[in-house]
Amino acid sequence: MQESCPSVKNILLLDSEGRRVAVKYYADDWPTHAAKLAFEKSVFTKTQKTNARTEAEITMFDGYIIVYKFVQDLHFFITGGDNENELILATVLQGIFDAVGLILRNNVEKRAALENLDLILLCLDEIVDGGIILETESSVIAGKTASDCMDGMSSLSEQVISLTLAKLYILKYFYRNKYNKYI
Amino acid sequence: MAQPLGKKDDDQEDEEYSPFLGIEKGAVLQEARVFNDPQLDARRCSQVITKLLYLLNQGENFTKVEATEVFFSVTKLFQSKDTVLRRMVYLIIKELSPSADEVIIVTSSLMKDMNSKTDMYRANAIRVLCRIIDGTLLTQIERYLKQAIVDKNPVVASAALVSGIHLLQTNPEIVKRWSNEVQEAIQSRAALVQFHALALLHQIRQNDRLAVSKLVASLTKGSVRSPLAQCLLIRYTSQVIRDSSTNIQTGERPLSDYLETCLRHKTDMVTIEAARAITEFSGVTSRELNPAITALQLFLSSSKPVVRFAAVRTLNKVAMTHPLAVTNCNIDMESLISDQNRSIATLAITTLLKTGNESSIDRLMKQISNFMSDIADEFKIVVVEAIRSLCLKFPLKHRSLMNFLSNILREEGGFEYKKAIIDSIVTLIRDIPEAKETGLFHLCEFIEDCEFTYLSTQVLHFLGNEGPKSSEPSKYIRYIYNRVILENATVRAAAVSTLAKFGSMVESLKPRIFVLLRRCLFDSDDEVRDRATLYLNTLEWNGSGGETDKGVKEFLFGALDVPLVNLEASLQNYESSEEPFDISTVTKEVKSQSLTEKKVPGKKPPTLGLSANGPTSPFRAYENLLSSIPEFNNFGQLFKSSAPIELTDAETEYAVNVVKHIYNGHVVFQYNCTNTVPELLLENVTVMVDNFDVEEFEEVASKSLKALPYDSPAQIFVAFKKSDGLLATGKFSNTLNFIYKEVDTTTGEAEEEGIEDQYELEDLEVVPADYMLGVSLLNFKNSWESMGPDFERIDEYGLGVRESLAVAVSAVIDILGMKPCEGTEVVPNNARSHTCLLSGVFLGDVKVLVRLSFGIDGPKQVAMKLAVRSEDAAISDKIHEIVANS
Repeated sequence: MQESCPSVKNILLLDSEGRRVAVKYYADDWPTHAAKLAFEKSVFTKTQKTNARTEAEITMFDGYIIVYKFVQDLHFFITGGDNENELILATVLQGIFDAVGLILRNNVEKRAALENLDLILLCLDEIVDGGIILETESSVIAGKTASDCMDGMSSLSEQVISLTLAKLYILKYFYRNKYNKYI
Repeated sequence: MAQPLGKKDDDQEDEEYSPFLGIEKGAVLQEARVFNDPQLDARRCSQVITKLLYLLNQGENFTKVEATEVFFSVTKLFQSKDTVLRRMVYLIIKELSPSADEVIIVTSSLMKDMNSKTDMYRANAIRVLCRIIDGTLLTQIERYLKQAIVDKNPVVASAALVSGIHLLQTNPEIVKRWSNEVQEAIQSRAALVQFHALALLHQIRQNDRLAVSKLVASLTKGSVRSPLAQCLLIRYTSQVIRDSSTNIQTGERPLSDYLETCLRHKTDMVTIEAARAITEFSGVTSRELNPAITALQLFLSSSKPVVRFAAVRTLNKVAMTHPLAVTNCNIDMESLISDQNRSIATLAITTLLKTGNESSIDRLMKQISNFMSDIADEFKIVVVEAIRSLCLKFPLKHRSLMNFLSNILREEGGFEYKKAIIDSIVTLIRDIPEAKETGLFHLCEFIEDCEFTYLSTQVLHFLGNEGPKSSEPSKYIRYIYNRVILENATVRAAAVSTLAKFGSMVESLKPRIFVLLRRCLFDSDDEVRDRATLYLNTLEWNGSGGETDKGVKEFLFGALDVPLVNLEASLQNYESSEEPFDISTVTKEVKSQSLTEKKVPGKKPPTLGLSANGPTSPFRAYENLLSSIPEFNNFGQLFKSSAPIELTDAETEYAVNVVKHIYNGHVVFQYNCTNTVPELLLENVTVMVDNFDVEEFEEVASKSLKALPYDSPAQIFVAFKKSDGLLATGKFSNTLNFIYKEVDTTTGEAEEEGIEDQYELEDLEVVPADYMLGVSLLNFKNSWESMGPDFERIDEYGLGVRESLAVAVSAVIDILGMKPCEGTEVVPNNARSHTCLLSGVFLGDVKVLVRLSFGIDGPKQVAMKLAVRSEDAAISDKIHEIVANS
């Protein structure tokens, strides 16, 4: 149908035991809940022993290409079709990985992800729409997700600045100045 | 680090803390009532929505009623001005995917948001609305969507464009009206907007080749900045190149310059895409291929696994068709064998196996042996398959490759892996006669210590068929008899059958086999004892000569010539009757629905013509089928069966294909018919064959079908006698005649009254190639020398203008129907001359060898020298006649 448009079949965010943190399926390749779980299980077991912490890794099975990256107790997976350009999938993976890092203020682990599940889900929603890549730039994704706190801000650059992360730095800087003054 | 906050429960101690611990659907649905509060607590509402989303995400099922209830209360939340909450509302509406009548409730709110000043509202409202909307509503908001496409905010534009891509599937006629706006969006400076606009515009125009090629031509001049959009453009470009490949004369592909510049793009993504596009050109030349290969070679040493994987996978594909082009990368490829990522290592190995030449095999095998121990079974299977094809390519290397297979056979491994190895060894034994003895020996060793009953029985069966024909059959007996002593009942029974086969084939071993079989009479298992008794008796008759001897062989080696389905059905019927069961009453036709099953048409999976006869080759299956038809019994030995030729288009009511069976003096057409209409039952189905003015053929027999129910293929046969010599050719027209009855699909009952009708099939031709059986030869030169020049005929032919040498070579091979030897059917790129060696057996069992020398000159004129050697001068002349006439 859309054979020529790069597409993502699913995004999986699993914990260190292969349980779901957040998942999103865009293709009908796994029609039932059981089929989805079976796929997640085989993806998890096949990649479990690999070291995908510094660089994203890749594997291929059952006619799917899967790029993945791990951090702490979180495992990120992006699945694409057999003929998909691996590097496009890797770009999507990098986008979501970095965006989650920004949202969770670099404290990327399962507990933080669950506590901020609303933001994680919004983030998934902003990166791919029905299988079509919507955005790959992590700062923009995180910006769109977090922009909620700043009503009325419209331009993208403003949204990026509005990141809580950025705010934190400003606060830190502010306090340090204040502290210096007292000394 | 995860300190249970406010959870003092000891049972939960090692349970990780989760904000959703102990969450329950019922409770959350209760909580969702806060959505209905007159004073909305935005924060709390967001939390509840998150919980609902969490449940949905974990795969919790909401009933229709629950979903509707949640949806309605969620719609109330549009009153709140809280942006966080609004985002969550958008999200959950998409997840709940409301039905059409519910959508009405939210459309007005969403349409309001679509025109909001807040970009985030606009973008999200568009995406939500387009997800849940139907055609009639779409026309109402079309105006806004068109505006959104050209919105100055890229997020809004992208949202509208992506929604357009989705809507194109359901409402193409509406989306097609937006092409002006989409065209404008392509010029956008935002990278992603350009990407989405290009994807949508291409899909709108995809059926208009001219428009697509115009689009590509204008964009390749360079206004596309985003890497993703570049990738798309590369895909479209190669599509345009594929479509326009008609003017091959010039040898230049339009737009290929663009792809080449993309190879030097700074983004890896684009480089890979371009390299892949180039390598997938049909008939790619080495000049086109080289820059792409060089780019990929650089990637092989990248620090990123994904990049290495992409490169090695592409090269692996290239190696299948152009192994020589990839050899430059062999050194880099070899270092990848030790890559951490096993997928990359496996791809590297299989590539090397494809590009390797005869001299490098031994070294390669050594490297692979080290590597095999630490990869998963699924990768090992890929390697085993690559080794099998390598061995078929270089039969002279069978010794070291077979050795390798036997080594890995001894190591640990799962069933699928072992099965792949066994299959490979069996294939090699079949195709490389020299490898037979060692191969059989390896198989014997394997069953000595095999944990898989299925594999043991398979190997024993194979040993029984091949072992007696080997030079020293007695040495296998020990291995086989060991199975009788050591294994489980299933394997023991198989071993007994194998022993019996040796006994019947090898006269000298017979007394010893008798001794062994007698011992089996005391086995603890019924089946083993029964088999032993049966074989002892049959073998005693055997050797008395004459009819019974033939019967015994047939019994031992012949495949069961009745389809199992029919046998089962007959046996089930038998139980209730009193007459003794007679296997000859079982229908041999693969008519999977006999009269007893007529009431449930279309329930069985369609059996594919003849495959029901077990794992025999199609030829063997045809032979069995034809010999079961008494009318054809006096035709003698079947010489050749063609591949099925379709006589109807794919989507017609009646699908018919034909197989041509060639006998010495007869030709039989087998029409495989399938009725594809559930509401119809065909009766008295015949094929009327008109042999025009070809007088050499005379119709002698035909076998029609009584009934052809829906979706159960069945066969019609028409036999012709060839009056004139061996080589008679001609064209036949075919018409399907039948009576059709309508069937009530609910009851399966057919109407009483039928209507006569006929259906024109396509014409069928008997060509000279039908009388030639391709036979592969290992050493063409030896056979050629031993045949001698007694009946050699040499002549030269001009073949006229041909696209390339490869085209000319394959055309001549097709005309003759012979088998190319030693891989000479492959013509190297840009070759000016080529020699092709063919071998075959002509009707009447006359061996024929052909040496073809081709040459091509500047204006693509092809000349050919044809040298034929055969065992019969008349046949040698005939071959020339065939070539001269076509």
